[in-house]
Amino acid sequence: MADGIRVKDLNAWFGDVHVLHGIGLAIAPKAVTAIIGPSGCGKSTFIRCLNRMHEVVPGARVSGTVLVEGEDLYAPGVDPVEVRRKIGMVFQKANPFPTMSVFDNVAAGLRLAGVRNRAVLNDAVERALTHAALWDEVKDRLDRPGSSLSGGQQQRLCIARALAVGPEVLLMDEPCSALDPIATAKIEELILELRKDLTIVIVTHNMQQAARVSEATGFFLLGELVEFGVTRALFTNPRDTRTEDYITGRFG
Amino acid sequence: MTARRRRWVNVVMAALTALAALGTILPLLFIFGFLVYQGASAINLDFFTRLPKPVGEPGGGMANAIAGSLILIALASALGLPLGILGGVYLAESRERRLPWLIRFVADVLNGVPSIVIGIFAYTVVVLSMRRFSALAGGVALAVIMLPIVLRTTEEMMRLVPASLREAALALGLPEWKVIVRVVLPTARAGIITGVMVAIARVAGETAPLLFTAFGNRFWHQRLDQPIAALPLQIFAYAISPFDDWHRQAWAGALVLITLVFLVSLAARIATRGRYSAVR
Repeated sequence: MADGIRVKDLNAWFGDVHVLHGIGLAIAPKAVTAIIGPSGCGKSTFIRCLNRMHEVVPGARVSGTVLVEGEDLYAPGVDPVEVRRKIGMVFQKANPFPTMSVFDNVAAGLRLAGVRNRAVLNDAVERALTHAALWDEVKDRLDRPGSSLSGGQQQRLCIARALAVGPEVLLMDEPCSALDPIATAKIEELILELRKDLTIVIVTHNMQQAARVSEATGFFLLGELVEFGVTRALFTNPRDTRTEDYITGRFG
Repeated sequence: MTARRRRWVNVVMAALTALAALGTILPLLFIFGFLVYQGASAINLDFFTRLPKPVGEPGGGMANAIAGSLILIALASALGLPLGILGGVYLAESRERRLPWLIRFVADVLNGVPSIVIGIFAYTVVVLSMRRFSALAGGVALAVIMLPIVLRTTEEMMRLVPASLREAALALGLPEWKVIVRVVLPTARAGIITGVMVAIARVAGETAPLLFTAFGNRFWHQRLDQPIAALPLQIFAYAISPFDDWHRQAWAGALVLITLVFLVSLAARIATRGRYSAVR
C-alpha cells in the first residue's frame, strides 16, 4: 500500500442523474482522509465508488479510474466481490446481521468465504473484536444476538466484522451520525488506532470530527470536489470561498 | 376539545377496537366449540385406527382419510414449496422489470381462481392422461393452489429484509448468491414459514379440487397412482349421507381436520424457530 488510492476523472450516475463530476484525488496510505460536504453533495456516492458498491443500486453507473496499489478497480475483468474483500465498509446505521450472534457476525465474512476451522475463526474473531475495542465488553456474551448490544457497540461490532476479513482499506460512511458523543469519542479513538494499519476514508457531517481524526480532507459540493488538501490547512486557510462559506457555517 | 372529552373519546374508541378484535376471532371460537359439541362423542380410538364400516353398519373410523390427507399435503408441499419459494426469490431479487411484473400478475390471478377450476385443470392434465384418479392428481391440484400463496409471501418477506443488511453482506465481499442464501433468506425465514403454514392450512381443507382428482377411497391407500381418501372428501360424503352415525363422524372429522392444521402450524413454528429472527 505504498501508493494509496488514486482517483482519476471519476463520474457517477443514478439513471440519468449525473451525481459525481470528474472527481480526481489521491488518498494517502495508512492515513485518515475525511470527506465533508452538505447532504446530497455526492460524498456517500463517492466512497461507494471506492469499493464498487455504487453499482449495486439498480440503474447506477460509474466511469473513470480508481487505482488501488496501481490497479484499476474498474478495469474490465475485475471482480467486484474481490474488490470488496480488500476494501471494507462501515455504514451510517449499524447493521449487524439480526439472525446471528456477536461471534457469528464477526465471523460472517470469513465463514462465508469458506473458512471452517474453528480455531482460525476463534482467533480471527478475538483479534477483530480487540482491534475494534469491543472485546472486553462482549467477550462474555459472544453467543448473544448482535442486535442485543447498544448502538455504539453495534457500530463497533460492524467495524470488527469489516476488519475480520483483513481489508487494506476501510471506508466509513458517517459512522457516528447515529451515536451519542461518548460512543462517537470511542469510535474516533478507534479510528486513530486503526490508521496505523489501514487506509481510512471517512464521510462525515461533523466538521469537528473531520478536523480531529483526519490528515487530509476533501470538500464536496453538488457532485464536485471543490477543495482537497491537508486538513489543518483546509479548515484554517481554505483556498476556495465556497469551502470557507461551508466551514464557517454560512451555507449548507 | 376539553381534556375530559378527549379522555372519554379515548376510552370509547379503545373499547370499540378491542371489541372488533375480539369479534374477528369469535367465529373461530364458535366453530371450534360447535365441532367439539357435535363431534367429540364420535371421537375414540377406532376413529383414528379403523377403516370406515360398510354402509349402515355403525362404528368404524377415518384412519385412511387422516393418513390420506397427510400424504396429499406432503405431496402438494413437495411439489409446490420448492417451486414457490425459489420463484419468490426470483421475484424479490431480479433486476428485470417486465417478467417479474407478469409473473406477479399471473400469480395474483391464479390466487383468485376458484379451487374447483384448479381441480378441473388437474383432472385434464393428470387424470385424463393417466386414465385414472390418483393421489398424484390430488397432490398436483393442491400444489397449484399453494403456489401463488408461497410465491408471493416469499417475495414480500424477502423485500422486508432491510437493504442495509444486503449492503453489509456485499461489502464483506460476499457474492450475491451467498448474500441471498446466508443473510436474506435466514432473516426472512419466520415470515416465509408463516406463508407456508397459511398455504398448508388452506389446502388441508380443500374439498372441491379433490373430488375428481384424488377421488376418495374407502380403503387404505396403496400407491400414488391410485385414488386416495382425504378428510375433506370423507366429511363431505358423510355429511350428505342419511345416517346419523355418519353425521357424527363427519363432525368428528372436521374437528380432527382443524386440530391437525393447528398442530402442523404449531410444530413447524417450534421446529424452525430461529434464535433471533428479524421479520415475523
